Parts: sequence; C-alpha cells; structure tokens
Amino acid sequence: MADTITEKPILEVRGLHAGYGQVKVLHGMDFVVNTGGVTALLGANGAGKTTTLRAISGMVRTTGDILYDGERINALSTEAIAAMRVGHVPDGRGTFMELTVEENLKLGGYTRRDDTAADLERICTYFPKLKQRFRQQAGTLSGGEQQMLAIGRALMIKPRLLLLDEPSFGLAPLIVREIFEIMRQIIISERTSILLVEQNASLALTIADMAYLLETGRIVMSGPADEIRRDESLRRSYLGY
Amino acid sequence: MPNIPPQFGIFLFIVAAAVLPLVFASGYQTFQLTMVVIYALSVLGKNLVTGFGGQVSLGQGAFYAVGAYTAAVLMDQWDVPYWATLPIAAITSGLVGLMLGLPALRLGGLYLALVTFALAISVPQLLKYKAFEGWTGGVQGIVVSKPDAPFNLPISSDSWIYLFSLAVGVVFFLAITNLVNSRIGRALKAIRDQPLAAEAMGVELARYKTLTFGVGAMVTGIGGALSAIAVGFVSPDSFTIALSLTLFVGMVVGGASSISGAIYGALFIQFIPNIAEEISKAIPGVVYGVILIAVMFFAPGGLAGVIANQLRRLRAARVVGTGRAPS
Amino acid sequence: MEGVLHQIVSGIATGGIYASIALALVMIFLATHHINFAQGEMAMFSTYIALTLLQLGLPYWAAFLATLVFSFVMGVILQRILLEPLANAPVLASVGAFLGLLLIFNNVAGWLFSYTLKPFPSPFGVGDPMFGGMFSRHELGSTVVTMAVLLSVWAFFRFTRLGLAMRGAAYNPVSSRLVGVPVGRMLALGWGLAAGIGAIAGMMVAPVVFLDPNMMGGVLLYAFAGALLGGITSPLGAVVGGVMMGVIENLAGAYVVGTELKLTTALVIIVLVLVVKPSGLFGKALASRV
Ligand SMILES: Nc1ncnc2c1ncn2[C@@H]1O[C@H](COP(=O)(O)OP(=O)(O)OP(=O)(O)O)[C@@H](O)[C@H]1O
Ligand SMILES: [Mg+2]
Repeated sequence: MADTITEKPILEVRGLHAGYGQVKVLHGMDFVVNTGGVTALLGANGAGKTTTLRAISGMVRTTGDILYDGERINALSTEAIAAMRVGHVPDGRGTFMELTVEENLKLGGYTRRDDTAADLERICTYFPKLKQRFRQQAGTLSGGEQQMLAIGRALMIKPRLLLLDEPSFGLAPLIVREIFEIMRQIIISERTSILLVEQNASLALTIADMAYLLETGRIVMSGPADEIRRDESLRRSYLGY
Repeated sequence: MPNIPPQFGIFLFIVAAAVLPLVFASGYQTFQLTMVVIYALSVLGKNLVTGFGGQVSLGQGAFYAVGAYTAAVLMDQWDVPYWATLPIAAITSGLVGLMLGLPALRLGGLYLALVTFALAISVPQLLKYKAFEGWTGGVQGIVVSKPDAPFNLPISSDSWIYLFSLAVGVVFFLAITNLVNSRIGRALKAIRDQPLAAEAMGVELARYKTLTFGVGAMVTGIGGALSAIAVGFVSPDSFTIALSLTLFVGMVVGGASSISGAIYGALFIQFIPNIAEEISKAIPGVVYGVILIAVMFFAPGGLAGVIANQLRRLRAARVVGTGRAPS
Repeated sequence: MEGVLHQIVSGIATGGIYASIALALVMIFLATHHINFAQGEMAMFSTYIALTLLQLGLPYWAAFLATLVFSFVMGVILQRILLEPLANAPVLASVGAFLGLLLIFNNVAGWLFSYTLKPFPSPFGVGDPMFGGMFSRHELGSTVVTMAVLLSVWAFFRFTRLGLAMRGAAYNPVSSRLVGVPVGRMLALGWGLAAGIGAIAGMMVAPVVFLDPNMMGGVLLYAFAGALLGGITSPLGAVVGGVMMGVIENLAGAYVVGTELKLTTALVIIVLVLVVKPSGLFGKALASRV
C-alpha cells in the first residue's frame, strides 16, 4: 500500500507539545498520517498515545503545529474539528449509555447536512450485531459491541481522518480478531485515512502501513510497518515481541 | 515588636464589645448589636454545616424558628425563666436537625439542599397550624416580656439582653473554635475536601456529617431562642424562606469556612438592609442577590477570605520593607 | 364519590403545572447536575412580562408568544453569562448563584410591579363549569395547554436532530463534542427551553392563584416533590410525578390535612421519597457524589 501514496499527507504534526495543566506529557512530536493510509502509533501505558489523539481533536492545550489537510487546527474547538470530518473513537469508547444504539449512530452524523439513512444502513452491514440491537439502550451492550458502536458512530461523520484509540482494549482475543477483521474491510471500502493507537503492536502492524513508536511523549522510532514486522531485532528491542 | 498572643486580642475585643455599647449606644442601637450577636451565632451554625462539613443547608431559618418558638412557648406556657429555655431550645432544634438531616445526608449535597429548602418554605405554615395553636398562638404568634437585668444592676433591659447574648455567643464561638481545631474538626475537613480518601482512612462519613448537621442546627436554634428573648415576640411570618436566605447570604458574604466570617456576615445582614431599605423595600433583596452572585464569582472565600489575603499581603510587605532582621 | 372524582380531575389540572416546572428542573439537572432554585421565580417574572404586554393592549395569544420568546432569550442569556462560568464550581457556588437569581427576580418583580396580588386573565374565559361541574373552563384549557407543551417537548427530544443532540450533550458532553455537537450552545438552548416551559406554567397558574412575586413558592415546592417522586434523572418521571403531586395535593387537602398544610404535604412527600426510594419511581440510582 505504501508505494501508492503520492498526495500530501492528511495529517502532519510538527513539534507537538501538550499536557494537562502543569503536567507536560508530549515533548515535541513529529509524525504524519498519509492520505488513504493507516498509521499506527504504538507505545506502552502512559506513553502519551491518548493525549496525542486528544491534542489532534482539540481536547487539550497544545503548542507546535497540527496540520489537517494543510490547515493548522490547533486553535479550533473540538466540535469544529469534528465538523471538518475528523472521526474520533475515544479512549473508553465514549458510549452514550442512555441513548439507543440507533440514536448513538445518528448522533455520530450530527454534523452532516445530507441524508444519513444510507450510511446508517451501510455501517450496519459491517456490524450486523448492532443492527440486531438497534432499539436497545447502548449502556446494555457488551464491551465488544460498544467498541463496534464507537467505530460505527465515528464512521457516521464520514471521516476523512479516523482516530482510533486502542480498539482492542479490554476485549477477549476472539472479539479483537473480529473487530480487526471488520476494520480491514472498512479500510478497503471507506477510503478513509486512519491513525490507530495500539498497545498491541503485533496486531496493529498487520493492518498499518506506517508505524511510530512513542516513549514518554517522544517518537523514538518510525518506519514502514512491514519492515518493522520483518526486522526481528527492532521488534525485540522496541516492541518486546 | 513584642509578641502579643492572639488570645489577648480576642480578650480585648470581647471586653470592648461588652463595655462600649453600654456607654455609647442608644437603646435601639444596643438592640441592633444584640441582633448581630444572634445572627453571628446562627450563621456560625450554618458555617459549621457548610463551610466545615461541606453540606449545603438552605433551611437554617427553620432551626432558628424551632429555637425561637421553643423559648417563647416555654416562657409563655410554663413561665420557664428565659435563661433556662436555651438548653431546651438547643435540644429541640438539634433533634429536628438530625431528623431531617439523616435521610438527606445519606444521599449527598444537593438532596440536603433540596430538603432543607422545602423545609424553609413550609415552616410558616406549620407554625400557623391549628392543632398547635394552643401553644404557638397561630397567626398571632406569642408575645413574651423582655427580662430585666438581675441583681438590681443599673442597666436597661436591652443592655442586659445584649450582655447575656454576648456571653452565650462568646461561649459558643470559643467552643466551636475548639471543635474545629480538634481531631473531629480535622476529620470534618478531610471529609469536605477528600470524601473518598477520608472514607478509605476509616473516617465514618455518615456519622460525622450527621453530627455536624445536628450541632449546626443546635447552634442556630440557640440563636433563634435568643432572638425570641431579645425581640419579645415570635410569629410565623418572621420565619419565612427569606430568613433562611438571609442567613445563607450572611454565611457566604462572611466566608463559609471561617469562624470569624460568621461575625462579618452577621454585621452585613444586620446593617446593609437598613441602609438599602431607605431607597426601596425591594432593594435589600436585590442587593443580596447581586452580592451573592458577585461573591461566588470574585471572592468565594467571602469577607473572611478577603481580609485574610490582605493581612497576608501586609505581613509580606512588612517583611520586605524591614529587610533581614539583624541576628 | 363525585367529590373525589372532581378533586382528582382538578388535581390533574394543577398537576400539569407542577409537571411543567418539574420537567424544567429535571432538564437542567440532567444537563448540569444543578438544581435551579430560581426556576419558579423565573416563571413568575415571565408572567409579569405577559401581564405587562396584555396591559399594553396585546391580544392574549400574541402576549403569550412574546412572553415565550422573552423567557427563552432570558434563559439562554443567564446560562451563558452566569452559569457557564460556574459549570465546574463546587455545589455551594452554584447553589449560591441560583439563590442570588431567586432573590434578584423576586425583588426586582416586587420593585417593578409591587407586592400586591394582581388578577391575571385566563384565555379560556370564566364561563360555567363544564361536564357537570367537573371542570372549570380554565382547568380544562390549562390542562390541554400543559399537556400539549409536555407532548411537544417529548416529541422534540425524541424525534428531532437538535433534541437528540441536546440529550447527548446532557448525558455525555465529551463524546458529544467529538461528534461535533457544540455542547455549550446545547446547554444554553436547554436553559431557554426550560425558561419557556416555566413561563407557560406561570401563565397557566396565575389566573388561579393570582399574580404576586411569591406566587411560585408553593408551585416550586410541589414541582420539587414531583421531580423527586418521579425520579430526578427521568423527564418522564418528572411529568408523572408532577401530575401525581397535583392529585395528592387535592386529595390530601380535601380529606386528610386540610388546605392549611399544603406545603407541608410536599415536604413530607420529599422526605418520604428520600427515605423509601431516593431514585424515585422512574429514576436511576444516583452516585452520591452529587
Ligand atoms: N486528564 C489527565 N490529567 C492529568 N494527567 C493526565 C490526564 N490524562 C492522562 N494524564 C497523564 O498523561 C500521561 C499520558 O497519558 P495517556 O493517557 O496519553 O497515555 P496512553 O499512552 O494513552 O496510555 P494507555 O496505554 O494506558 O492508554 C500519563 O502519565 C497520565 O498520567
Ligand atoms: Mg490511552
């Protein structure tokens, strides 16, 4: 996949610093997400992966440049960034527990002025389980179903850039495989660019074409996903598998 | 500069508060000062609940009313001497506080605010209720005669009531100060600031909360009892929601988590309305409302907080000014 | 028997008013976890605006509509300048601000419009009681109006994109922003809507109780009781609880405690609910952090 990318990157991050109040978490990060590509951001607990996604979505204060489609978005509000078709599947899934599955999905399409009915249908073909639970309160869904719902909700925005925060988190291996299988289909048919945050490096590298490794707020290694996967010493020393 | 212990300052303040009005104040002014003491005590009860206990009570006027009616009924029906009504008023208001506090405290802040607000609204109706009329005098209320100074002291009734209230006030201010600085007080602060941690450390949240609420209701009730003695009259319409709101304003303006704040708050609610009322009957309420919101925005610590900040700044300025002390 | 039926029917009429205020309270509570102690006074103030417009010669329904617009704007402005900055403040700060609002509305109304009781017209006329004395014209009319309001509010939240976004913003502000919902604006809209609902309740109750700055004290108390009875986290509960409170008030007034203890009845219900079932009939159990 990597060799087909010639356009300018959908997301370019330069010298990104971010944190929470006095606590500094990111210390000057540089990375790109290529248009149409899947970029993985790997790292251990507390490395700052979630914070990076929050910075892109305007949920934490930042310095440096976040260029989305060439435009600096650091100063924009979260909702304005979402309106520019950045889908975000947040840490913890962000389910609207009190709303039904259908309402969760419809809310995902809030920014859209066009008819979303067809998209709702199409997204349900990826996640048949959601279709069965359409009228059910989302709070009653299982963890795996809520993860599917979160992805579906973010797809409703018709994202040009999709931010995925640890879709495998807290799920049984079988469910994880199912979700990644679905994500593979989505990557093929939705043509959206993806920034995938994962702790599970081996899994992430199977669907990514570029990967960055984050350690305490700094990028310490990067490269094409298949090269990293093939290079055993690299894997051993950085990814521990 | 010689080091004066703070106790000495407090002592001087008390003596001045006792003596000066006897010499300089007119009868009405003395009465106003009595009301300041009474309000200070009532606000103190509220500070204990809210400022130190972290629970928002909006119905402190109800406990004030219970105290006032207890005192008035005892004096009116059974000729109980005025000073003997205070302990009984303390018990009745404390008990009513516990009864209402128990269910709400279990559930947390806003529920307590709701229940006490509801209580404050319904107090006048309860006091007017026919079944209690034999005791409460219904809409008419109860008139009690003001006590004279004992031992043929050559001072007026108003002056005596002032001294009496001041003595009671001083006792409770000192007692509450000690309480707040004791182990119980530290537990209370822990509960207010870190409820989860406090619970993990084995502090029994519910018991302390309920206890503070009861003690707070009691202190306010004593304020109410003193007011019945000082005013010589109780009636349902003196204990509307407006009273509870007034005490709330006193607490917030003075500074909820400060002992001395109760005194500033009391001075405020006693004198500001008088000044404002000269413009229009509605003005005090508007002033209260505006000041309440302004305090929330600009000085959440109330007057006590502002004064403490100024003192700190002054002290800092002095240290800078004198440079390093010679060794 | 007919007496009981009459009490119930007319209880439903006042219950509709309690239900409206209770719904306004619950809407604000769900969105902000605050209880708007000034909800009643805001409604009272709106009713004075309506009276002023009527006195200026506006036809009733024109004044009614203009009052709705005024109240909506008032609610939006209050949320923006006063409550937004206090959104994350401790409970005492928000309660203080609400009580400040209560005092300001109450006393400004007294100042501008005096404290004397004023008659407020009913758009449904006085006329004879209907259905064999069961309903007065105003009772019937105001029941229809409040029920229509409650139904349209329900439909708005249930079926419109904006209503869905407002619910989302109330339940989960973080996720709402991530899907592009401007949460602050939704809260302001909620405040405007709540103020509008309150205004209608005020205009419907004023012909019965007469208009004065303290008109809403008792209504607010019954609305609190209704909201708690139904469950403070449930809009449907607020409506059911509010209507129930109207009926309870009438039955208790007629057969149990007499009219002199109306307010106390509400207090007792509040305490009973908190002792027996704090989450109310329809609500969820609440985390005690609130
Ligand atoms: N809301 C917050 N306030 C203060 N500090 C925070 C907050 N959220 C995260 N942090 C801190 O920022 C650092 C990075 O956290 P972040 O959630 O970005 O890590 P992560 O890489 O996503 O980890 P994980 O794999 O566990 O999700 C951590 O040290 C964390 O303690
Ligand atoms: Mg994370």
